Formats: sequence, C-alpha cells, structure tokens
Amino acid sequence: MTRIVAVAAFAAALAAPLASPCAAAEPGGRPDPARSGLGDVAPSIAALQADDAANPGMLWVDRGAALWSASVGSNGPACSTCHAAAAMKGVAARLPAWSGAAGRVVDLEDRIDACRTSRQHAPPLARGSEDLVALTAFVAAQSRGVPIHVSVDGPAKPAFERARAFYTTRRGQMNLACTSCHDDLAGKRLLNETISQGHPNAFPAYRLEWQAMGSLQRRLRACLFGIRATMPEEGAAVLTELELYLAWRADGLPVEAPGVRR
Amino acid sequence: MAFARIVVPPRVARGEAFEVRVSIRHPMETGFRVDDVGKSIPRNTLREVVVRYGDAIVLRASLGSGIAANPYLRFFVTARESGPLAVEWVDDAGEPGTVRADVNVA
Repeated sequence: MTRIVAVAAFAAALAAPLASPCAAAEPGGRPDPARSGLGDVAPSIAALQADDAANPGMLWVDRGAALWSASVGSNGPACSTCHAAAAMKGVAARLPAWSGAAGRVVDLEDRIDACRTSRQHAPPLARGSEDLVALTAFVAAQSRGVPIHVSVDGPAKPAFERARAFYTTRRGQMNLACTSCHDDLAGKRLLNETISQGHPNAFPAYRLEWQAMGSLQRRLRACLFGIRATMPEEGAAVLTELELYLAWRADGLPVEAPGVRR
Repeated sequence: MAFARIVVPPRVARGEAFEVRVSIRHPMETGFRVDDVGKSIPRNTLREVVVRYGDAIVLRASLGSGIAANPYLRFFVTARESGPLAVEWVDDAGEPGTVRADVNVA
C-alpha cells in the first residue's frame, strides 16, 4: 500500500510542471524576465563579442559594407544608391514582418533578396551564401542596441500562431519541443553549456562550431538536427515564421549582431 | 573571395609601440579531415604571412595546421613614420591576399 502511494506521488511529481525561475508564464508565452544568450556564454566568448577588433563576425560585417556600396550586375545600382546605411538602424529589430507584396512573413534575408530582384534586377543571393550572410550581418549591425519589437497582429497573426504551435510541439526522435529546453530547462546545464532561453537577438552570429558567420535559420536547423527532427531548408516558411515567433518572444532585448556564440 | 580586417590606432606617437590586430577569413583546412564520403580534404592553410611597414618587413609568420580557422594575429610595431602597413599572405592553394592600413605618426 505504501509502495502504491509512493508510486502515485512520483507519477504526480512527473506530471506537475517543472518549477523553474526561467519558465514562461504559460505554454508558448514569453519568458519573464527575458535574458539574452550573452549571459549564458563563457566570459571569454562574451569578451570576443564585445571587442570589435577581435569579434570574428566583424569580418562579415566589413564584407557586407563593401557589398552594400558595390554596384550590382554590369552597372546596376548599389544598395547605397538608394539607402543610407544609417537609415537601416532599427530594421533588423522589427523584422520578420508581414509583407503584403510577398503575401507572407518575410525576414531580413528575404527583404534583401526582394530588393535585389525587384530594384537591382539581379538574381537573388542564395540562402546561406557568404554574400547574403555578410549583407545581413552588415544591415543587422546597424541596429545594434535597438530593442527588438515585431508586429504579430493583423495578417501576421495566423503565421505567428502556427509558429507558436511549432515551438510548443514535441518532434523528432528525441521527442522534444523547443519549449522543453528553452523555457522549462533554461538556465540549467546541458553537458558544459548553459541552456539559453533561445533568443534570436545575436543573429546573424559567428558560431565557433561553424567557424563562420551564420543566419538564425541555420541555427534553427542545427537545433532541429540536435533533436533529430526533420530540418526544413533555409528560407522555408516554417522557419521564417518561427523567426517571427522568437522575435516576439525576445521583445525588448537589444540586437547584438554580430554576436559570438559557441 | 578572401577578406580580412586590420585595426591600428588612429594616431600613434613616434618611437612608441602600437598594437596591430589582423583577422583573415580562411578555412585553415588541416589536411587531416575527410569529407562525408571518406575522401580526404586537401590541406589549405596560410603558408606565409608577411607584414610590411613602409619598405621594411616587420613580421613574417608561417601558420600551420595548428591554427584555427579565421586566424587572428595581434602584435606590436614601433612607430617610425607615417606610411602604409600592409599584411600579405599566400595559402597552400596558392591564393594570395592582402589587407592594408595607414599609420599616422604624430
């Protein structure tokens, strides 16, 4: 009898939500308080990010700056022909956003490629290509320190709700949802790493594991690989919508691009 | 396309040692790795890095397979007179690269 009671108590403990100071208020809610992943990396990596002369991500920002003012095609306009770089401040903080022209949610990479095809009459840059990563890094770096705030109302609402469902749904061989780690276990250890809240504010970021700069979608694919789930191609709507959800979740966190992460 | 950054102080005093920081985008492939089908990936590291200040060579380095991708070099040079500081390199594939900065001696 005692044993049955003990087993029942154990089962009840398993079923109860895990108490954690970092847990979201409700499933699919925002973590309170939001905490940048910068607080979870080793001090040496944080120092690397803080120093522009040492931050390896600045290599891509510099290259992006060169691409920004380079004429596209034989004699096409450069990005800088129409846009002052300073005018890009805040752009990365309010994307992804609904685009009426595209009829879907677009992220910064989509916006750059849309400008390339419609205004510069050039073929789009491939997702994950070094040029697109560099341009994205350059544009995002203009927003450094600007708090993230995206709009998830109106036409973006269905996409946002799809992404929230994606975030909270268990998937893959490991049967984990994003929320299983980044809400329920945030701040705890996974081997010698501290599990972050999974915020997008450092991206595009230089990852030591990649030995290169990479987009947020590349990072999301890496997370899906880790839980042995299906990895959609970079640029897939499901990943772009997830970016929107993550930006909503990181509301108020400053853009850190180019970040440095392990 | 090779790309690199160089950072020097905006102004330095004559006779003073100033800090130079260089980072170079390079895979620094060791030659010990194999690809997904087991074929060995040829070694490609920066064979030689040469730093010229004016006409003089102030640093010459051979970076081998022990240096990680995107090498970051930090060193000090004594300021003599205003002039270009040029970093030149060539990798195992024979691909050359260069990055330069102007040193302003006050």
